[in-house]
Amino acid sequence: MLGLNSKDFRLLLLVAALALLAPFILNPFPADSAMAQFNAGYPDLMQRFVIFGVFAIGFNILFGLTGYLSFGHAAFLGVGSYSAVWMFKLLSMNVIPAILLAVITAGLFALLIGYISLRRSGIYFAILTLAFAQMSYALAYSVLTPVTGGETGLQLALDDPRVLGAAQSAQGNIPVPGLFGLEMRDAAQLNLGDWVFTFSAGYYFSAVVMLIAFYLSIRIFRSPFGMMLRAVKSNQQRLNYTGLNARPYTLAAFVISGMYAGLAGGLMAAMDPLAGAERMFWTASGEVVLMAILGGVGTLIGPVLGAGLIKYMENIISKINADILHSWFAFLPDGLEDFIVSIMYPFIGKGWHLTLGIIFMAVVIFLPGGLVEGGQRIARLFRRRKSGEAAKDDDAKQSTVAE
Amino acid sequence: MGILEVKNVNKRFGGLQALGDVNLSVEENKVHAIIGPNGAGKSTLLNCLVGKLIPDTGSVMFDGQSVLGRKPYEINQMGISRVFQTPEIFGDLTVLENMMIPIFAKRDGAFRMHAIESAEQEKSIIDQAMAMLEDLNMADKRDFHTASMSRGDKRRLEIGMCLAQKPRLLLLDEPTAGMARADTNATIDLLKEIRDTRDITIAIIEHDMHVVFSLAERITVLAQGTPLVEDTPDKIKGHPKVREAYLGEAT
Repeated sequence: MLGLNSKDFRLLLLVAALALLAPFILNPFPADSAMAQFNAGYPDLMQRFVIFGVFAIGFNILFGLTGYLSFGHAAFLGVGSYSAVWMFKLLSMNVIPAILLAVITAGLFALLIGYISLRRSGIYFAILTLAFAQMSYALAYSVLTPVTGGETGLQLALDDPRVLGAAQSAQGNIPVPGLFGLEMRDAAQLNLGDWVFTFSAGYYFSAVVMLIAFYLSIRIFRSPFGMMLRAVKSNQQRLNYTGLNARPYTLAAFVISGMYAGLAGGLMAAMDPLAGAERMFWTASGEVVLMAILGGVGTLIGPVLGAGLIKYMENIISKINADILHSWFAFLPDGLEDFIVSIMYPFIGKGWHLTLGIIFMAVVIFLPGGLVEGGQRIARLFRRRKSGEAAKDDDAKQSTVAE
Repeated sequence: MGILEVKNVNKRFGGLQALGDVNLSVEENKVHAIIGPNGAGKSTLLNCLVGKLIPDTGSVMFDGQSVLGRKPYEINQMGISRVFQTPEIFGDLTVLENMMIPIFAKRDGAFRMHAIESAEQEKSIIDQAMAMLEDLNMADKRDFHTASMSRGDKRRLEIGMCLAQKPRLLLLDEPTAGMARADTNATIDLLKEIRDTRDITIAIIEHDMHVVFSLAERITVLAQGTPLVEDTPDKIKGHPKVREAYLGEAT
């Protein structure tokens, strides 16, 4: 179906089902229960899941297939955001042109940076991309203030010269991004017993874009072009002596993944029409590397899982504070309660990075293939239990490349 | 005129004259071996032919065109394929994918954004790759990951990948180095078959005299960067200069 083999098509269907049902799946706890703080099914966080999913999918096309580790991909995300906001300011509040421009400018930017950075490989390539991204950040923060808004960031104003559309809404407010009348912040609520489910227009728009991006990435992975990219990672020497020029292949992969980052940046601006230089900061570039590695480099679904996990921890674990811990362990004797809370305290709230760091180390050491490898191992365990020895041969033959 | 003409090639690394006035002519559809003791300049010469090194002076012509200053992938697209001393294949890819890549390279040139391939086109590529794997008796290994294969199989696959491009000149750099006897013999048999069944010129650099004398129709002996003699295998065997270069015998 859709030019995919049955296994890939099933994966796409699975991701589509997860994305469309996310408001339910991510909201397993009743709204006023003690566990409600673990619910992730609110629009803002769900949007972040899929948008960073797009970012990580694109990053994986470069890093997962060609093995070139870019440490400056956030620059393209930032460029995408700025472009989208400018489109809102100058053209219209429709998100389509904004996102298109975000993808195009990020692509052009990636072409320039990639053309220079890809003259080197390995660590030097990583450092070059990092340098470019930090230069972009510094420029956006200071010199380019007229274009980027500098420290305060780029925001909509009441006197924007919007060519196709009004500068102000009927109530005299700044208009909000929308899609042919459907506003991105529109949301419907469904109350089922104690549960409250929110369906946001912005989330579903982002989710559809993410599904398209995911579908395209499967096509790229399975195409001859994708095979060439894997060949670049595998053995450049052989590639050169097989009459193939690695440079345009890597550059194409770099530009494509830059465009994905631009798409993610554009989506961010579409959800919330502002852009700031901090989106280009090197920690943002590092984060997408973590997402890809945590989920499983070179796998199709891994980066999306990694993005989800990191964003979940960033938003949920960081919200837990000492009072909440105390309420959890209130059933224990006082001394023991205080002891356990004091041990756990460094890992929650602002300490969520510590928890992330421990998980990251554990994954890299015990599951070098990331969460996807973890899933595969569990699946294999079940299959083996089911069919005993017969499954073993099957596993030995099974190819895990780009699964 | 041979298909490959090397004229007065010199190459110096610092104080070391690696190649001194090398002249070599490889005739079309012949197997030409280049032998010589360690440090004779065999690998340097080979690297000058494929674009990895550029000679200080001299010319290298392939089929009337100079290869000097061209990149390895450009020289390959001219019709020169190279087999490495340690098999260089795509270790993370399957055997079939390894074989498909040179066929794509032959069809599409050095770069093409073929993101979408029609089912028939893809089938035709796979069929060609499978036909080559059948020739190599490797069809049953099509889904194997190459990293886990034996050295002999890797070599076999590498040679097959070069042949899949239908090159006019095949360069082999010590194709049996570090191989077990059985693998060496299998490789010799494969190369013999290629020599006898295909229109292809083979230039082979080799240490192992058994390999050289089973395959070569013409032999050049290189010593200290300069060709000593060039002749048929029978003449080379008893040549005093060769014995001297190899065994250090005074004559």
